[in-house]
Parts: sequence; structure tokens; C-alpha cells
Amino acid sequence: QGSKLEIPLWLAKGLHDSKRRLVSVELPKVYREAWRTVFSADANVVDLHKMGPYYYGFGSQLLNFSNPENPEIAQTILQTFISRFRRIMDSSQNAYNEDTSALVARMDELERALFRAGQKGLNDFQCWEKGQASQITASSLVQNYGKRKFTDMDG
Amino acid sequence: AAASLARSEAKSGRTDLIFLIRFRHCCLLRNQRCIMAYLYDRLLRIRALRWEYGSVLPSAIHFHMSAEEVEWFNRYKKSLATYMRSVGGEEGLDLTQDIKPPKSLYIEVRCLKDYGELEIEDGTTVLLKKNSQHFLPRWKCEQLIRQGVLEHVLS
Repeated sequence: QGSKLEIPLWLAKGLHDSKRRLVSVELPKVYREAWRTVFSADANVVDLHKMGPYYYGFGSQLLNFSNPENPEIAQTILQTFISRFRRIMDSSQNAYNEDTSALVARMDELERALFRAGQKGLNDFQCWEKGQASQITASSLVQNYGKRKFTDMDG
Repeated sequence: AAASLARSEAKSGRTDLIFLIRFRHCCLLRNQRCIMAYLYDRLLRIRALRWEYGSVLPSAIHFHMSAEEVEWFNRYKKSLATYMRSVGGEEGLDLTQDIKPPKSLYIEVRCLKDYGELEIEDGTTVLLKKNSQHFLPRWKCEQLIRQGVLEHVLS
């Protein structure tokens, strides 16, 4: 009793009880007041991959632990997303056939998924413009399986 | 005094027990979630195979599927076939064909591996030897392209 431990989120969630008899959760740095001020100043400069990499997802899960700061945390997470989204959408729609690693480096996983979706849309459109949309392609599931294995079985 | 000590000891013992039970239950649930996520992901891939590859699975993949997964695939196939027969009038409609918008009845294809003979409508056969190129009816080639035997060549 009274000891401090590091446990995975799913375990903390399972042990947590709204009557707070068993565990209480200490907020990770990024979600505390000091960092929240940084986010409200300019959310675009923060390296969310380093601070996460699941800043949004994990932050949303944190709200389960009836912490008094929850409303502020929720607000910060939401506002951060709103201020960063524009740039992500813009860059995903305009970076064609280039190295996007610098752009993506500071994004958390949610933002990366959004970026990838935008890129896919862009690439599909370009493919269509080039008249390649009607080209039948091999099933990606089978391609990745490796040619070697097939010849072994057909043997 | 002795009675109250015994009572508080019993109470703390019970709290410990609750903690332990909860902990173990958490772990079991987590394991279950992980297994479910894995099996579900496999199922989604198996379903995709019906659409991207065809109704007969490559032996290499079939080999790695559990009996339940094979049965699921067969039932899905059947369900899909029943549905396809019910739409598009008398003959039904093969929804797995023409996934990319067709531009012409005949297409140029190159052979990626030795396949053997292919019989076309008018009764003649074509020898699909590696690197040979042919001008064939689209619907006949579609599945072979998806299986990685042929390559769709755009002019």
C-alpha cells in the first residue's frame, strides 16, 4: 500500500475503481499543466512523436482515471489536434513523389495515419490522371507472400 | 482490542485478495483481446483473398490456415456466390470481376512465369511461357493477373 509502480495502461484501467480504492494514476509529463501551456502557445512546434507516440489515443484513455484535471486535459488534446490538422492535411495533399520523412517525423501515430490517407488519395488521383487506373494489378496479399514459397509448394 | 485487530486484519486481507483477483482477471482479458485482434486480422485477410485472388486459395496459404478458417472461407465463398447469383438478372453478376474500370475487351499481357496452356473461346489454346506477350480477352486474364501469373501491359 502506498507504493509507486509503473504498469501498463490496460492494467491500470482494469484495476481502477471509481471509488478509488485500489490505484491512483499520476499523469505523464505531456498532459500536465506545464506542457499544456506549451501546447496552447503553439501546438505546431511540438514533436508529438517523441512525446507520444500515441499522444491523442493515450491522452483519451487517461481521461478514464477521474483526475481533477481531466477537463483541461481533454481541452488541450482537442485544441492541439485542431491547430495541427491544417498543416497535416495540406502537406499530405501537396507532397507528391517526394521524401516525406521530415514532415512525418514530428507527428504522432494518429496524425501519421491521417497523413498516409491523404497521400493515398493524392497518389490514386495522380494514377487516374495518368490513365493507369484501369490497369489490373496483382493481389498485394500474394505478392508479399514471396515467390520462393510458392515454388517450394508447387515443387 | 483483539477482536477489532482481527477484524481489520481480515479486511486488509480481503482487499489484497480483491486486488489479486482483479489483477489476474485483467491479464486474462488482455490476453483474450490480443488473441481476438490477431485472429480477426487473419480473418480480414482471408476475406480479402476471395476478392483479390479468387475462389481457390494458393496451397501455400491454405497450408497455414486453421480448419476453422478454411471452413469460414468456404462459407463466405458460398454466401457471396448466393448473393451474386441473386443480383443482375438471370445469370447473376460476378462482382469480383472488373474491379478496375475496363477500357477494352482485349488487353495486352506479359507472362511472368511459366503457366502452361490457356484455352480461349474459339477453342484455340495459347501457351503461357515466361516473358511471352499476348493479346487476350480481358475477362480471361483478370484472375491470372491478380494471381501474379500475368502482367497487364498498358500501351
